[in-house]
Amino acid sequence: MKQNLLLFTGFSILIMFAPQLLSGGYLMNVLVFVGINTMLAIALNLLLGYAGQISLGHAGFFGLGAYLSGILTTAYRFNPWVAMPVAAVVVGCMAGMIGFPILKLKGHYLAMATLGLGIIIFIVFNETVELTGGPSGLSGIPNLQLAGISFDSDVKNYYLIWGFTLAVMLFSLNLANSRIGRALRAVHDSEVAAQVLGVNARLLKVQIFAMSAVISSLAGSLYAHTMTFISPASFGFNFSIELLTMVVIGGLGSVYGSFLGAALLTLLPEILRGANDYDIIIYGGLLIVMVMFMPGGLVRGIPALYRKVIKQKGETGHA
Amino acid sequence: MLEISGITQIFGGVTALDTVSFSIAKGDITGVIGPNGAGKTTLFNIITGIYRQTAGTVQLEGKDVTGFPPERLARLAMVRTFQNIELFGTMTVLENVMVGMHTKSSSGLLACALKMPWSISEERRIREGAMKWLEFTGICDLADHTAGSLPFGKGRLLEIARALAVGPRIILMDEPAAGLNSQETLALSLLIKRIRDLGITIVLVEHDMELVMDICDRIVVLNLGRKLKEGTPREIQESPEVIAAYLGDDD
Amino acid sequence: MQFDQILQYTLSGISTGAIYALIGIGFSIIYNATGIINFAQGEFVMLGGLLTLSCLELLNLPLWAAVPCAVAVSTVVGVLFERLAIRPLRQPTPINLVIITIGGSILIRGLAMLVWGKDTHTIPPFSGDTPIAIGGATILPQHLWILAITLIIIVINKIYFYHTISGKAMRACSYNRRAAGLVGIDVRRMVLFSFIISSAMGAVAGIIVAPLTMTAYDVGVMLGLKGFCAAIIGGMSSGISTVIGGLILGVLESLGAGLISSGYKDAIAFIILLLIMFIRPQGLFGKADSERV
Repeated sequence: MKQNLLLFTGFSILIMFAPQLLSGGYLMNVLVFVGINTMLAIALNLLLGYAGQISLGHAGFFGLGAYLSGILTTAYRFNPWVAMPVAAVVVGCMAGMIGFPILKLKGHYLAMATLGLGIIIFIVFNETVELTGGPSGLSGIPNLQLAGISFDSDVKNYYLIWGFTLAVMLFSLNLANSRIGRALRAVHDSEVAAQVLGVNARLLKVQIFAMSAVISSLAGSLYAHTMTFISPASFGFNFSIELLTMVVIGGLGSVYGSFLGAALLTLLPEILRGANDYDIIIYGGLLIVMVMFMPGGLVRGIPALYRKVIKQKGETGHA
Repeated sequence: MLEISGITQIFGGVTALDTVSFSIAKGDITGVIGPNGAGKTTLFNIITGIYRQTAGTVQLEGKDVTGFPPERLARLAMVRTFQNIELFGTMTVLENVMVGMHTKSSSGLLACALKMPWSISEERRIREGAMKWLEFTGICDLADHTAGSLPFGKGRLLEIARALAVGPRIILMDEPAAGLNSQETLALSLLIKRIRDLGITIVLVEHDMELVMDICDRIVVLNLGRKLKEGTPREIQESPEVIAAYLGDDD
Repeated sequence: MQFDQILQYTLSGISTGAIYALIGIGFSIIYNATGIINFAQGEFVMLGGLLTLSCLELLNLPLWAAVPCAVAVSTVVGVLFERLAIRPLRQPTPINLVIITIGGSILIRGLAMLVWGKDTHTIPPFSGDTPIAIGGATILPQHLWILAITLIIIVINKIYFYHTISGKAMRACSYNRRAAGLVGIDVRRMVLFSFIISSAMGAVAGIIVAPLTMTAYDVGVMLGLKGFCAAIIGGMSSGISTVIGGLILGVLESLGAGLISSGYKDAIAFIILLLIMFIRPQGLFGKADSERV
């Protein structure tokens, strides 16, 4: 317990001082995205890593949060701070309702059904032009404001987004080590045994699905208010796959792993500038390589690799 | 305590159980025995809500619980163990038992994630309760081991500790001695008696006749999906029909 | 007037439906042999079309030679995929399999983008583009090609599964993989066969549809999902139910697009998909006893 707290505090301090260390600039903008993607990866990880239920439609919930926030603040003049929770509650209720029939499905079928759901949401973004602006997007979304500060620069956004990201991380870490987190992992390991012990597996899965959608929606709202412009292209099938890649690469069932995965996949295209369009080849390759050789993800794979190397060095050293 | 009447189960034309009825008295250790294919495990799966029977009813402490899902039965203080121990392999031994305390705790998802004061104190209570059951089954020293890495015998004890954490008034054990060596079986029989001494009713399916005859107060014999005989261990041992069913009857 | 329109939409729906059916059967064959939903199924459809294009334009092959060439190369990709990604998997849990076939799918798509670029390409129709009038509607010769080739493939499929040893072995695998293994059927070989057959069928579907709809590196996603939808309607059967599923989907989609709104055309397939999975997961024609979900 103490260790966990220490790790989280250390991580938070690092995040707090990162802008000073990195001397701001363009990288700040990228780090804002790392924060948003970390939230999304954690949301998906709660579902996939802890409860063992896959979703290939999470970009849809992300988009719903962004569009609800965007539409409420532009067309209906809501205060962004009101629009965000409204969007989150609406998305959470929707996910809860669809959760009951969809989570009856398992494995491959669940994957296809959530994929279909994501695509339906994507089509709605494109086709309800009078609401969403259609494929050309929705612009003029206001920035968030707090105590006279408008979050309109990269550095300010960095602190805003990471404030939320750290809160989501803490929330998820707490959840994972609670009776609910244990029950989720129990359902993952043996659903029938969990049920026999009185765990209502069905209800629990729906709850975590809804929670995961709420976090995704929150990330979507924050995305809309920091970018001030959104278009359907950001919320398509490919982004759902990208989120899946982040979770798998980072490590299933690990909050810090989700951060690692999100950071890697967000920074990768920046490092590979020029090879921009071809990043999907790298995602595809990474997914296959990770599942085959490092099924625990980076967060478990790297320490294991490190121990192996140390051991080998030790052996050659003695020889 | 538990009343089973007219249970019939038909799997695609094959009658696995045919109007089986018996009742189990509070505080007894009851053994359900019978040759392979007698329908013992099927009966267990029906009583504990895993299968839905074709016909018949199950009453628990006078309440009709026919068709209740397992999680509801757990809240009514009925719990079971499995023949091939079903542990939560990626979790620690302690965490396994803590899951058993699920129905004895109530913090919701948000309370847990926001670490509300009451959820923190509840968490402490869960941990202490779980440790108590690890002590009861004598596997305290393994608390921080991963459940998946336990040897089979210890896994069996963990599964029992986990079931006890639910706070059952009746516990059904599906072949608890399967896969145990003679020493472990002996320890198991003592453990089962200690569980009975807590006032918990026990039903077990078992092939180990020595164990069954030693600990059971009553025995129900199933054969080919029907109830063949019911009685005390002595009555069963002396029953010619039971002997015939086990040895194969030619006439 | 209205009737002619409906006839027109129905006819074109039938031919796209036939394509969905071919892709759907591909899904079912792999699913029945292995329990895997191959998310890369759509990529073989894409490969079929684009490889035919390359054979025609780069190698200057005639059509009758280009088509088998393209099918052969797609099949090789399917075999490589099974050998390199599916077979070596140490923990073949459903989630790992979903992730790995998705990984394979985007890898193949990415490589295709590298080879053929992001443009859409056209393939000439097999026998001209003079419309043929049927009642008040018209169809293209390519539509007839699609129907004829689909029919032939379904017949070959039927013969294979019911009248050859390896086809029967595959059916045994689909009923019970462990039992099939115990009676001496080489299950891993059957898995490989299932990938061969379904990648070849996917490629054929991609080739015959390309002259009508054009093709590009990313057509596999939608076509693959629609094919899956056809298979779900048909209850994951590798026979006639999935064909009917494909035709129902094709016609509904075509009518929906024509009479309601073309923008929601793709949504129709997915709404049907979700409804079927929620209400009748065993498919429209299946019995409820199978543990498919």
